[in-house]
Amino acid sequence: MNLAVGVPRGLLFHEYGPIMLELLRQCGARPVLSPVTNREILQAGLELCVDEACLPVKVFFGHVAYLSGKVDALLVPRFVSVEPRAYICPKLMGLPDMIRARVCGAPRLVDPCIDMSSGLSRIASQVAALGQALGVGRGRAAIALVKSIDAAKRGSPEPEPAPSGAIRIGILGHNYALRDPYISLDLVDKIRRLGAAPIQACDYSHRETAGWERERARRGAKRLFWTYGRRLVGAAYRWLETGEVDGIVHLASFGCGPESFVAEVIQHEASKHGDMPLLCIDIDEHSAEAGLTTRLEAFIDTVAMRSGEYARYVPTSGQPVDTR
Amino acid sequence: MRVTFPHLGNLWIPVRAFFSSLGLDVVVPPPTTKRTLSIGAKYTPEGACLPLKATVGNFIEAAELGADTIFMVGGIGPCRLGYYCELQRHALSRAGSNAQLVVVEPPRRDPRGLVQALRTVKRRATLRQVVEAGRLAWAKFGAVDALDQAANMARWRETAPGEVDAAVHRGLALLDAAETCDAVLYAVEQTLHDVACRTEERLGPTMRVGVVGEIYVVMEPAVNMDVCRKLGRLGVQVVQPITFSHWIEEHIVGDIARRMPRSNMLSRARPYLRHFVGGHGVESVGRSVDMARSGLAGVLHVAPMTCMPEIVAQSILPLVSQSEGIPVMSLAVDEHTADVGFDTRLEAFCDLLQARRRQAGEGSCPSVSTGRWSML
Repeated sequence: MNLAVGVPRGLLFHEYGPIMLELLRQCGARPVLSPVTNREILQAGLELCVDEACLPVKVFFGHVAYLSGKVDALLVPRFVSVEPRAYICPKLMGLPDMIRARVCGAPRLVDPCIDMSSGLSRIASQVAALGQALGVGRGRAAIALVKSIDAAKRGSPEPEPAPSGAIRIGILGHNYALRDPYISLDLVDKIRRLGAAPIQACDYSHRETAGWERERARRGAKRLFWTYGRRLVGAAYRWLETGEVDGIVHLASFGCGPESFVAEVIQHEASKHGDMPLLCIDIDEHSAEAGLTTRLEAFIDTVAMRSGEYARYVPTSGQPVDTR
Repeated sequence: MRVTFPHLGNLWIPVRAFFSSLGLDVVVPPPTTKRTLSIGAKYTPEGACLPLKATVGNFIEAAELGADTIFMVGGIGPCRLGYYCELQRHALSRAGSNAQLVVVEPPRRDPRGLVQALRTVKRRATLRQVVEAGRLAWAKFGAVDALDQAANMARWRETAPGEVDAAVHRGLALLDAAETCDAVLYAVEQTLHDVACRTEERLGPTMRVGVVGEIYVVMEPAVNMDVCRKLGRLGVQVVQPITFSHWIEEHIVGDIARRMPRSNMLSRARPYLRHFVGGHGVESVGRSVDMARSGLAGVLHVAPMTCMPEIVAQSILPLVSQSEGIPVMSLAVDEHTADVGFDTRLEAFCDLLQARRRQAGEGSCPSVSTGRWSML
């Protein structure tokens, strides 16, 4: 009988999901994935999580609640840092402990600590611990890890070419919000349905966005120490410099710590460049679809007018359009 | 050149001593008030944490008094404190201030940071001068902490309301005036004696309550609604282990001298929290465990609203409370927090602690409720 290991479909699953699933298969376990976020999952999460946490964390708790009782163990990696000298978020660093403390009757947690800022020996010991938790030797765990990273790399789809002609809207946001249609209220598809071409920060490689962020640091700003912050600010900086997009939509979760600062940095950069429409949207569990639709329609209409003959009647305010 | 820095409780005494003994002109920002917070909130993002709003308010108020050079600490994350400097620069430029921000990064990242930062304001500061100034400041750091601790321990049994605080207030003035390390020691001894004279024996056992949480909110009475004093007035001895000198030891001395033995909070926070989460998250959990094991009656956990490390701690504290058998109350503060709301909660908390102890005295094992934990 294979070990059934639950994988909550939330947070960094949207980034490293293929690796997690393949790794479990390689180690001889049976991965059990929770369904796409729905109302019940969110409700369960809201009851378990502290009020102050951000929406994606609350949703993650809901996925854990859905899986507990159905599996033998849960894979909840402790993401500390995925690149040297940058962190993800303190809440993700404490996530396994938060789940242990708050979800009564949660199955055993498999929580490898992913910290690429630490030395090779610590990473090796984490791989060994992961193997032990899944009931395989450290050698097999290491091979499985390498194989699954490789498979995930090969399996990732080619980025689709950016559609031309339409209005191009740059979308900034954490992947775990944008790729979960229930959290983001289907923002990307909504923009597409309104006839605009969405371009996301994750369409660029890490290296590219990091390079643009470093470019900004070279002009006297301090470098960010949050991986996602670097990515978003890098993409925004690029768009502002080159004018590759006609407008930027920034989606943040209410209560997201890094994002409260990153949003301010992006707004500051945009106000320096002066001519880029920027829409900031904060979401939480009370966000309603109709409100988002109205704002997006108005924003895209305004951006369209600016690119036409009315351009000089629709200046940017220099201040972001704040919809909170 | 007029130098200023952010407020944090009585931090202004040692920091002023440090800069003054280097021969710099120091502007101490006006004490943090509601006005400070509303100025700060105007120029910072709404979702930012309270310390950012308060410090920006301090800077702008100090600039109004003529300060033109601001000293601030940096950091390397994951706590937002490390990126404060950048947002403070934006806020200052939006407020139309020309003040220059000098950021001191952690010594491991930037070994000569402090000396270089000082040289930007005083070209000929020799290492010797800096060391001398540092010695005096260090003595004052320890002294300020000692007085705070003494007040927290003594307030519950003062002879008349406000006596202990008056004595400490006089002591702080003496400390501020002291110009040598000996004078600092003398001022501390004098004040501790003064405090001891203003207390009387109380009947019955002491009820001790610990205060843990994010350092800024724990240490700054203007934003934590003066919880330590309020608890003291409610007849509780306050144990507040989070202090400046401890912070400096951990983050500056410990950062240079890696091998120095340190209080290992992480080992105490295990198994509840097994990894560092930035800020004071591990401390909050570890100290609460410590407090439960050393027989305190309860723990008050205070944190700024949306503080990431403290949200992790707050999630875990109910489990600590249940397993270690100590009541824990978490309170979040932001610029809208009101005094009276705090009064009510603290009174209720202390009443429950009293009742719990009476129950324990009668032999029944009191339980800790962990239903919906209170949060403002």
